[in-house]
Amino acid sequence: MGEAVNQALREEMRRDEKVFIAGEGVGVGIHSNPKFPTFGLLEEFGPRRVKDTPVSEAAIAGLAVGASVMGLRPVVEIMFNPFFTIASDQIVNHAAKLRYLSGGKSKFPLVVRMKTGSGIGAGCQHSHNLEAWLAHCPGLKVVMPGTPADAKGLLKSAIRDDNPVIFIEDMILYFVPGQVPEGDYTIPLGVADIKKPGRDVTLVTWSKMLGTAFKAAAQLEQEGISVEIVDLRTLVPLDEEAILQSVTKTGRLVVLHEATRTGGFGGEIAAIVAEKAFSQLKAPIKRIAAPDIPVPYSKPLEEFYLPNEKTVIETIKAMI
Amino acid sequence: MEKPDRVKLLETMLLIRRFEEKLEDLSKEQGKLHGMMIVCTGQEAVAAGVSAALEPQDVIISNHRSHGHLIAKGAEPDLIMAEIYGKRTGYNKGKSGTLHIAAPEVNALCTTTVVGGGIPIAVGTAFAAQYEQKDFVTVCYFGNGATDEGSFHEALNLAALWSLPVIFVCENNVYSGAQRQEEHTRVKDLAHRAVAYGMASEVVDGNDVLKVYEATARARAKCLAGEGPILIECKTYRWGGHSTTDQQVYQPKEEIEQWKQRCPIEKLKKELLAAGILSETAWQQMNTKVNQLVDKSVQFAEESPWPDVTEALEDVFA
Repeated sequence: MGEAVNQALREEMRRDEKVFIAGEGVGVGIHSNPKFPTFGLLEEFGPRRVKDTPVSEAAIAGLAVGASVMGLRPVVEIMFNPFFTIASDQIVNHAAKLRYLSGGKSKFPLVVRMKTGSGIGAGCQHSHNLEAWLAHCPGLKVVMPGTPADAKGLLKSAIRDDNPVIFIEDMILYFVPGQVPEGDYTIPLGVADIKKPGRDVTLVTWSKMLGTAFKAAAQLEQEGISVEIVDLRTLVPLDEEAILQSVTKTGRLVVLHEATRTGGFGGEIAAIVAEKAFSQLKAPIKRIAAPDIPVPYSKPLEEFYLPNEKTVIETIKAMI
Repeated sequence: MEKPDRVKLLETMLLIRRFEEKLEDLSKEQGKLHGMMIVCTGQEAVAAGVSAALEPQDVIISNHRSHGHLIAKGAEPDLIMAEIYGKRTGYNKGKSGTLHIAAPEVNALCTTTVVGGGIPIAVGTAFAAQYEQKDFVTVCYFGNGATDEGSFHEALNLAALWSLPVIFVCENNVYSGAQRQEEHTRVKDLAHRAVAYGMASEVVDGNDVLKVYEATARARAKCLAGEGPILIECKTYRWGGHSTTDQQVYQPKEEIEQWKQRCPIEKLKKELLAAGILSETAWQQMNTKVNQLVDKSVQFAEESPWPDVTEALEDVFA
């Protein structure tokens, strides 16, 4: 997926001179690796369009806000999702709100890419999934791809979108191979993808948990339980219709996400289904999420933190 | 350096003064306005002097004490007043109110009330000028209190690193909320903070509109020559409290009186009268004209329709 993000950035920078990238180490970085998204871009586009910045998250985000209102299309990187808290004033109070405050006169076509995800032994200050915080801010779009192809198609759309888009990439996925369509491949924001059709239960998920969902579904299939996997891909805009249609078909809903449980985005999906499709439900809605703790470092503890297919399988079996 | 039109400068300052006085009256005496008003009475020379050195394509990023900045940049008093009233005809259809007015028509692109919040944004607008090789500068206004914020330091460091065409205007009105300068920082001249970033800086008398104009004109020329950014500290004084709801318990009466003796408008008026550039009659006419402009803005705002509540749902996304 890292290479797919790289392809999207490269193609969009070739296509549109207004697109530039900035962030900590996007040119010459401590994570310089062909599997990482900004690899080789400095070489092709030079230091005018590939801007290495100091370690200054608020300034990086502000750069994007100011450059975008002038008509540029900045794609800036916040190295890890939790560091967004340092940039959050620019993202929450400015990027998200300034269009509204202008009465619709100004546009802020910017993308903030953030790396995330537990499973790399980096501990909680590098691995906290905060997508629910961002989805809670009106004015931001929030994208979390789970496959290389989706990453490419969604990022290209995000860059072309006239609104601030938060694009969250799980680092484990950088190393997961997958087919990526060549050329100008775009996926509209706000369209969920039925990654696997099924009959008995709807499993709504996104980002890295997609892999966990697949593993669980494959095993359940052998036991005669048919799981429909709905990959949201974007939390904002949310494809409510896809969720409701699937639940209407299966009558059961499980939401699976890596972020911690309380206040997680799974609660929002559960609420929407409870409000709009309650009568279709054959069993109570279930959420599978990380426990309400910071991501621990120790390998067995980190593995305990991350929701796994065993939990998914047990949860689904208990519902049917 | 081109000489500014000093009569025009006087008129700009007078318009700002009367506009702010009217707001205080509407808010405190008449109770007509929703929310507190943050006015710049006493600080008019900063906005007027800075904007006189700017061109229409130059961008300003403003803060909570914004009305003077907007008026001096050429924003319409009618549309500002309507916005402050919360009417549909205001600059931002009533979504901003007094605190966040954006007037893209005059390149006043952002007013933010998060202290220091506009400074990183100014880095971005200035970056756009450099990236596209366009001849415009960004002026970013903020108060003395904002120089204590992390965003100030991150943004100045980055702007200096990239030699961006941005003029940081620190409007030092002595107070940060209720704290005097010596209560919020040990630094005496805030312009000196620029040294930490290898940036040029200047301290000017913020109540002398010509001095402010000259400093800005010099800074603008430097920025356009690729020698930006620059930090200008304008030393001035806030006659009123932080906002119209502030009782000013911490602000000594004698201090306010002393600064009133240094009124930027009186200063320039006296100079122009003494030099024979302005007559008493012309001064009276200027007052009449400015009062009419302010009264007209109030009338426009009062006669304007409220937004329909459904409009609250618009303008979140493009």
